Amino acid sequence: MYLGIVTGTVVAERKTSGLEGKKILLVQPVDEHRKPLGDVQAAIDTVQAGVGDLVYLVGSREAALACDPWFVPVDAAIVGIVDGVSTP
Amino acid sequence: MVGPMWATVKHPAYAGHPLFVVQPLDETGKDTGNSFVAIDHVQAGVGDKVIVVSEGNGVRQILQQGDVVPIRSIIVGIVDHVETA
Repeated sequence: MYLGIVTGTVVAERKTSGLEGKKILLVQPVDEHRKPLGDVQAAIDTVQAGVGDLVYLVGSREAALACDPWFVPVDAAIVGIVDGVSTP
Repeated sequence: MVGPMWATVKHPAYAGHPLFVVQPLDETGKDTGNSFVAIDHVQAGVGDKVIVVSEGNGVRQILQQGDVVPIRSIIVGIVDHVETA
């Protein structure tokens, strides 16, 4: 899993079956200091996150397992909204 | 192990599992690659050097919460020391 900041929303009316009604958000992966890591990606939202939220995501097959139904073609899913990270 | 993180709103599979940000290290303790998020299974503490499994099937075997568990990374050990030749 990894941290990210929600930067936008993707609107796609026509989607593959299983993804109807699912919200797609743009997420910039970041480190624990909110420093950007790599490119912005599109992720399925499972927790009603909003733009500007620090979230954590899960990728690969586990991203699909976060969805209902779970046998769906997704790369990344937002699975939590981060309240805080403690860094020494 | 960088530090704990908190999330009130999260996927139900994560309920009851402490979350940590971890920074991968090489055998000398030098940072390698980007930090990521893992759940804790061994009561690790801040600053501990830990072993992390980053693979979903391993996580499902450890947690035994069924087959639909969207978790990929889990802390499975606390490293006491590393010897290098």
